[in-house]
Amino acid sequence: MLKYILKRLALLIPTLFGVVTIVFFMIALSPGDPARVMLGERATAASIEKLRHELGLDKPLYVQYGLYLQRVVKLDLGKSIKSGQKVSEEIRDHLPATVELAIWAMIFSTTVGIFLGVMSATRKNSWIDFGSMASALVGVSMPVFWLALVFIMIFSVKLDLFPTGGRMNIRYYFTPISGLYVLDGFIVLLKSGDPKVLLSALHHLVLPAIALGTIPLAITARITRSSLLEVLNQDYIKTARSAGIKERRVIYRYALKNALLPIITVVGLQVGMLLAGAILTETVFSWPGIGKWLYHAIEARDYPAVQGGIIFISISFVLINLLVDILYSVVNPKIRLS
Amino acid sequence: MNTEIQENTKEKSDEESAEKNSLFKEAVFQLKGNKSATIGFVIIVGFILMAFLAPWLTPFEPNDQDISIRKTAPFITSHILGTDDLGRDLLTRIIYGSRVSLVIGTISVSISLSFGILIGLISGFYGGWVDRIVMRFIDIMLAIPYVLLTIVIVALLGPSLVNAMIAIGVSQIPQYARVVRASVLAEKENDYITAERSLGASNFELMFKSILPNSIAPIFVQATLGVGDAILSSAALSFLGLGAQPPTSEWGLMIASSREFVTSAWWIVTFPGVAILLTVLGFNLLADGLRDVLDPRMKD
Repeated sequence: MLKYILKRLALLIPTLFGVVTIVFFMIALSPGDPARVMLGERATAASIEKLRHELGLDKPLYVQYGLYLQRVVKLDLGKSIKSGQKVSEEIRDHLPATVELAIWAMIFSTTVGIFLGVMSATRKNSWIDFGSMASALVGVSMPVFWLALVFIMIFSVKLDLFPTGGRMNIRYYFTPISGLYVLDGFIVLLKSGDPKVLLSALHHLVLPAIALGTIPLAITARITRSSLLEVLNQDYIKTARSAGIKERRVIYRYALKNALLPIITVVGLQVGMLLAGAILTETVFSWPGIGKWLYHAIEARDYPAVQGGIIFISISFVLINLLVDILYSVVNPKIRLS
Repeated sequence: MNTEIQENTKEKSDEESAEKNSLFKEAVFQLKGNKSATIGFVIIVGFILMAFLAPWLTPFEPNDQDISIRKTAPFITSHILGTDDLGRDLLTRIIYGSRVSLVIGTISVSISLSFGILIGLISGFYGGWVDRIVMRFIDIMLAIPYVLLTIVIVALLGPSLVNAMIAIGVSQIPQYARVVRASVLAEKENDYITAERSLGASNFELMFKSILPNSIAPIFVQATLGVGDAILSSAALSFLGLGAQPPTSEWGLMIASSREFVTSAWWIVTFPGVAILLTVLGFNLLADGLRDVLDPRMKD
């Protein structure tokens, strides 16, 4: 087991190095001069030159690349052009909002997705199966940002049930502890007995989490159905049934356990999708996370921020996938032995 | 002796092509019986017809503004789906929008397909260090989430519809290369390839005339799914202001510019989204059906 993990970790290094390299050159070789963007159209040639020197842009590309690599290894992603703040600090400030949104989207998509998949597989070819698979197909065909707007239109504007955006009612100001507002709200509740922060945080999460979770939900439901159907055809299930074990127990105890493997893989892959999909959802719901931050950085052509943001998201994506793979190998010894 | 072998092989390949022909017919027959493929096909044909016949389907022009009838509600006047904030007929803009979306879908998939096929074919066929380097590179590309890669490429190239197509096409290349490589690896081990090689077929012939046509099925499924994906991505890019620019009647852009009317004119937000949903659904349904027919192992 340890050998497998070490092997995977060793393979990680060239991938991370590759990601940093690709992102660096993609941005360095793109048209447009960051110094000119920063100073605006009316800047004089001399001032642009001065800034280029300060940013190290006048050095040859390979030197810039070498310096960038050196800094990234030290976890220094440079300074944002727009705010002058360290990119790593900006990421740290915006990360909790995205993590919180992604976690709740994931909880929603995984639980409902597996439930729908199980319902479909156990009632194959019934109207429940047809209905949930048809909605899953509609789910993957939908533009996320449109769904988010439709949600706002129906549940916020028409029915006035949920807020149109933001993470928290500004009246309930509090000093964030972990940055995950639900957790913070829970801590506030324990400390002072006031549930307002917790409730407001949950209230603001409902629509964005459902909107972000819809596509992953549809994918999870489909994979659960096909994976469970495959397992249900196997002999040991027939044996269990003929032994008189209750159907519910057969499905949840014996079948689903073995059907879970492909589901874990797919759910793991969705983490990257959630992080990237957050750009659209966060923009629509004015959710102050990494996605919205990155979008504004792209808009402002804030090169260090864009570079840092993509490297950060990609590396998290790679690490999470590695974690899923290791988890997978724990559950399924075949993987690490092959 | 040699000619005898050649004749034998020729006979065999004739048989094979006859068999392939009947396999093709069989596939078409099965597709007709496949519900999801049929529905998907009908939807797609509908949208293609809409795109081609646009000027004959509507009496209005997509960019004709008339402030006096702005935000007319749907199903009341001759503007069946209502008008937008500038008084442009919404249905007309949706009809013309199908042109933009189908073009984006086809062009970006063609970009990913052509490069993906080339890279996957070379990598799978030659194997060895070529394959190792290519696959390493593709793994790295796949480490960057696709949506993010698209957004960054288009942001760097500058926001426009053409750049959006390039960005979507380029960022999908790794996926296609992987699919192609996998089916090439399976195909090249077959005896008929060894036979052709011993008869002096060049690598080029083997790759493009023998292996590629025989490993096309999964690529076809991927490309069908890809068109739907590309339409979704381009709508997302336009929504973020990185794709089509006003006054183009692009569905994503139409949704973006309707954002401020969420409270006052639901139809401007709703209908373009329904158009995207239907088109993408069409391609997904067709791809599902194709997969069932072309790759029976995937069937439940």
